[in-house]
Amino acid sequence: MSIILKNISKTFGDFHALKDINIEFQSGELTALLGPSGSGKTTLLRIVAGLEEADRNANADILFDSRTVTSSPVNRRQVGFVFQHYALFRHMTVFENIAFGLRVKPRDERPSKQDIKDKVNELLRLVQMETMAGRYPSQLSGGQRQRIALARALAIEPKVLLLDEPFGALDAQVRAELRRWLRKLHDTLHVTSIFVTHDQEEALEVADRIVVMNCGAIEQIGTPNEVFHRPATEFVMQFLGDVNVFHGRIESDSAIFNEVVPLTKNRENAARLLVRPHDLTIQSTPGDGPALPAKVYRVLTAGPIVKVELIDRHNRLIQVHLSHDGYNQTMVKLHEEVYLVPRESRVYANNDAWTGAYVI
Amino acid sequence: MSFRFKESSVLPGFGLSLGYTLLYLGLIVLLPLSALVFKSSELGFSGFFKTILDPRVLASFKLTFGASLIAAAVNVVFGTIVAWFLVRIRFPGKRLIDAIVDLPFALPTAVSGITLAMLYSPNGKLGIFLQSIGIKVAFTQLGITIALIFIGLPFVIRTVQPALEEMDRELEEAASSLGASRTQTLTKVILPLLLPPIITGFTLAFARAVGEYGSVIFIAGNMPMKTEITSLLIITKLEQYDYAGATAIAVAMLLVSLAMILLINLFQSWSGKHSGR
Repeated sequence: MSIILKNISKTFGDFHALKDINIEFQSGELTALLGPSGSGKTTLLRIVAGLEEADRNANADILFDSRTVTSSPVNRRQVGFVFQHYALFRHMTVFENIAFGLRVKPRDERPSKQDIKDKVNELLRLVQMETMAGRYPSQLSGGQRQRIALARALAIEPKVLLLDEPFGALDAQVRAELRRWLRKLHDTLHVTSIFVTHDQEEALEVADRIVVMNCGAIEQIGTPNEVFHRPATEFVMQFLGDVNVFHGRIESDSAIFNEVVPLTKNRENAARLLVRPHDLTIQSTPGDGPALPAKVYRVLTAGPIVKVELIDRHNRLIQVHLSHDGYNQTMVKLHEEVYLVPRESRVYANNDAWTGAYVI
Repeated sequence: MSFRFKESSVLPGFGLSLGYTLLYLGLIVLLPLSALVFKSSELGFSGFFKTILDPRVLASFKLTFGASLIAAAVNVVFGTIVAWFLVRIRFPGKRLIDAIVDLPFALPTAVSGITLAMLYSPNGKLGIFLQSIGIKVAFTQLGITIALIFIGLPFVIRTVQPALEEMDRELEEAASSLGASRTQTLTKVILPLLLPPIITGFTLAFARAVGEYGSVIFIAGNMPMKTEITSLLIITKLEQYDYAGATAIAVAMLLVSLAMILLINLFQSWSGKHSGR
């Protein structure tokens, strides 16, 4: 089922949590709402679920398969909602938790006892928790609780699955495992899903499409490849992955980054150069294009990549990521003077991409 | 047979805290109670049973425990509603109402007794009105129950309130996202989770009501066999210098109370287990 949001705004007192959001979620896709805390991503998810009401506005509308649901309450929307802290009913067993959505159906729609039992067992198999039916939530680990919460949400055969930071409360290893598992599950069920996360790695790994949000507005919508390799705004570039930022200014037709400007000065022609650490190459000679002289300050070789930290003449700390092979070829030494050459970089001036020449 | 009393724990102070607890309970609770039992034993078995099986005493037991149970049950229903109101609904002057809840705790029982008696007596403000529609409150068992409801009200509210405050709103959101109506959410999710504090509040209100004296005697009328509560009967016996008889009734009352509170506690731990604690 596709979901369309039209002109959705939300204010809490003076705070604009969402500013005129327009977006379409494709049927069967797994979409990530990605953004820092306070970006409005959870509010948006809760509005889709019906747990929160958008500001009243004649043009505002929420469509599930082109049918408006704006006025239907959460218990009529048939959405599966998974909470960050699981929200399992602790006075019920795992079985009862999953069966809850089936048991509260109106009498004429309610499945028979046997059907409920079959359905719950099928879901327990799906989340790989067959042996846990009789346990109480307090007897489960965090990862297990979240899988039960997911099974409970799936029991009502929701048209949409909404997950609010589903792995936020779990430790790193369980997180990575559940992340892969969620992707696999989605590939089997193909139910339209939206999940909220502030973890860019999670979004890049799991989602078909990523909606990057900041300050209550959408910065970019695209596939993981699009948002990572072709960030539409400076915010997206900075939020997705590590990045080196150089502050400078635009002067006539070129951007100058080779002198340190006080941040307060030259506000109107301020510019920033953004280079990802893996887009910098280390050379012993400057070459033709822009090259930045810097001194090797620290080399971290423990890990899948080699992290080199350098300091340039203006005392700016610069990160370079190299493969172990690349590192062995360049053989940089501590305190050595080298030249950094960006293979790919972006310059932003007043939030717009700037495509002219630059010096660093 | 080895009986391990002490759970091995890295935290120190087990011995000290156990010793202190036993000493404290022994001095403050068990010592006077054992004196009570000792005194009543002067009567011997037959004398003891003759005293407590006296129809007048039995009638007072029935009244005291019956009215206390009813009062505690009424307080469970309305106390839970008030607690809900205080936690969930925002309104100006909420703190004032919150403070008023504690008044029955703070008021000397004689003051509440006189106030209630004046209000409900046949020529009292409320009494006149109730009499005109045919309801007699003062000097009846209904009057006693009302007094017991009054003094027991804070117990349920004060035990349910913190539990409600702690309850995660997400549980209700989860229930409604799964299709539950408001009523279903209330009966299947909220109330089962509130059951342990509700039972605790019930026990406290009940225990207080059983032992109540001051607030009841003014409104009760104290007619033997009809509106005479056990506490009053004990005082009457004491005034007649029948110390052994008074303690015998007290011991019987104590045993019944103990049995009932134990029973409620058993139910409590059972329901606690089923709320996943």
